[in-house]
Amino acid sequence: MTVIDEGVLKLDPEEARRVRQERFERIGRWVLPLAIMILAIWLWDRICVWNGIPQYILPRPGVVLSTLYNDAGLLFSALLVTLRITFLSLLLAVVGGVGLAVLFAQSKWVEMSFFPFAIVLQVTPIVAIFPLINIYVDNQTTKLLLCAWIVAFFPILSNTTLGLNSVDRNLRDLFKLNGATRWQQLRYLRLPAAMPYFLGGLKIAGGLSLIGAVVAEFVAGATGQSSGLASRIIEAGYRLNAPRLFAALFLISLTGILIFLVLSLISHLILRRWHESALKQER
Amino acid sequence: MTREKVAQAPASDVAPTLLALRGVGKVFSNGVTALSDVDLTIREGDFLSLLGPSGCGKSTALRLIAGLSTPTSGVLDWRGGGSLDRANIGFVFQEPTLLPWASVFDNVWLPLRLKGISRAKAAPAVKEMLERVHLTGFEDAVPRELSGGMKMRVSIARAMVTKPRVLLMDEPFAALDEITRFKLNNDLLELWQDERFTVVFVTHSVFESVFLSNRVVVMAARPGRVFDELAIEAAYPRDEAFRTSPDYAALCRQASDVLVNGINSTAGAHHDGH
Repeated sequence: MTVIDEGVLKLDPEEARRVRQERFERIGRWVLPLAIMILAIWLWDRICVWNGIPQYILPRPGVVLSTLYNDAGLLFSALLVTLRITFLSLLLAVVGGVGLAVLFAQSKWVEMSFFPFAIVLQVTPIVAIFPLINIYVDNQTTKLLLCAWIVAFFPILSNTTLGLNSVDRNLRDLFKLNGATRWQQLRYLRLPAAMPYFLGGLKIAGGLSLIGAVVAEFVAGATGQSSGLASRIIEAGYRLNAPRLFAALFLISLTGILIFLVLSLISHLILRRWHESALKQER
Repeated sequence: MTREKVAQAPASDVAPTLLALRGVGKVFSNGVTALSDVDLTIREGDFLSLLGPSGCGKSTALRLIAGLSTPTSGVLDWRGGGSLDRANIGFVFQEPTLLPWASVFDNVWLPLRLKGISRAKAAPAVKEMLERVHLTGFEDAVPRELSGGMKMRVSIARAMVTKPRVLLMDEPFAALDEITRFKLNNDLLELWQDERFTVVFVTHSVFESVFLSNRVVVMAARPGRVFDELAIEAAYPRDEAFRTSPDYAALCRQASDVLVNGINSTAGAHHDGH
C-alpha cells in the first residue's frame, strides 16, 4: 500500500477531479441532509405562522422543543420505561434467535420441523395476537416483553441460521480432516462465519424491538405511573396536547436512530478487519 | 515412458509402500463415473503428481485418499492393511481456504488447536512453520491483508504444522501468477527435501508436474482412470537451472505427449471439443 501525499504529488486533471469529487461527497453526505432538515423545519414554522394554525393542531417547532424541556421529567421517565422493554426484548431476541439458530444448525431435521412455526409467528400481526397474550399472561412487563420479542427475534433467527449454513465447503472439509468435534466446528468455524449475518439481523432487530415495545404498549393500553412513551402519546392525543405528542414522537425517533447507530458501530468494530462489508474502497 | 521403466527406478523401488489403491472406483449418485478401476501404489517419500485434464477424477482420487469420500468399489490399502490415522494427512486446497477472521498465527495454529493444544504450547511449532514458508513477521496479519501467494504459504504452513506423513495438494498454485508459482514450487521442493514426507500433487500443468515430481501419473477422462505413468529421474535438488535445461524440456515433451494420447483416447469416443 502506498501513502499518497496530496501536497507533494502532482495530479493530472482527471485524478484532481476525482479527489475533488470525493471531498465534495464526503462533506455532502452530512451537509445535504442537514440542510434539507433545517429547511423543512423552517418551512414548518413558516406554514404555522402564515396560516395561523392553532397550537393544538400543529405546534411550531419551537413550542415542541420547549415542551420537550418543560415536560422532560414526565417524558424521560416514560422513555426509560420504553427503553427497558426495548433492550430487554432485544436481549431476549438475541438469546432466543441465536439459541434457536444453533439448535436448527445441529440437524437439518430440526430446522425443517420447526422453522415453519417461526415463520408463522413472524407473519401474524402482533396486534392480532395480543388479545390472546392478554388473556394468558398476567404480568404487565411480561406481556410487553413477549410482544416485543415476537416482533424482534425473527430477523436474528433467520439471518443467523443462514450464516451458520453458509460455511465454505473446503473449510468444513478441513475441520473434518483434523477430526474436529461438533462443538469445535460450531465454536471455531460456524459461529464466526455467521457473525456478519447475525450482525445484519441484529441491526434490523434493534429497530423492531423498539417498534415492538411501542406497539405492545399501545395495544396493552397501559396507563399509570409505570407507563411508557406510547401511553404518553395516547394520553396527549385524548387531551389534544399536540406539542407533547410531537415531543414524544421526536424522542421515539431519536431513540430508534441512536439504537441503529450504536448497533452499526458495534457491527463495524467487530467486522472491520476481515469482512468485505467493512472495508474501505481501495481504488 | 512406460510402466516397465518405472519399475527400474531404484529410489521408488527401495521405499516401502505407503498406500495402494486397488481397483478403486467412484460413481456419484447422479450416475457420473468419476473414477474407474484405479490401481496406484504410492511409496514413502514419493512426490507423485496426478496429471490430467479437468474431469479425469484427479481431485476425486485425492478426496478418497484424504478420507473425505469413500470409494464405490475397490480398496485403499494403507501400508498393506488397516487405515492410516487421519491426523497424519495434510491437505492443501485449490484456494487458500483460510479463516478470514483469524490472524495468520491463528490460522496455522488451527489444526493443533483442534487437537486441544493451547496457543502457548503450539507457538514454537507455528513459529517454526511460518519461518519455513518465509512468513515470519506476518503472524498478526489477517488473510485479506496478504497477497495470493502469501495466503497459499499460510495454507501450506497450516497443512504442515502437524508434521503429516502425507501432504495432499489439490491444484494449489493454479490461481497464482507464474512468477509466484515458480517461487512456491521451489519452496515446496525445499520443504519436501528437508522433511521427506510423501506428496500427492494434483495438477493440470505438465510443466509443474515434471518440475516437482519423481513420478507423474497421467490420468484420462470419461471415465476417470489412470492412463500411464512416467518416472522423472532427474536428480534433486531441482532449481532454476533445471527449469531451463534441455533435459527438463525433453521430459515435458514426453509428458505432454502422454497427456495428449490420454486425451485422444477419450476424444475417440466422444467429440466435445475438449
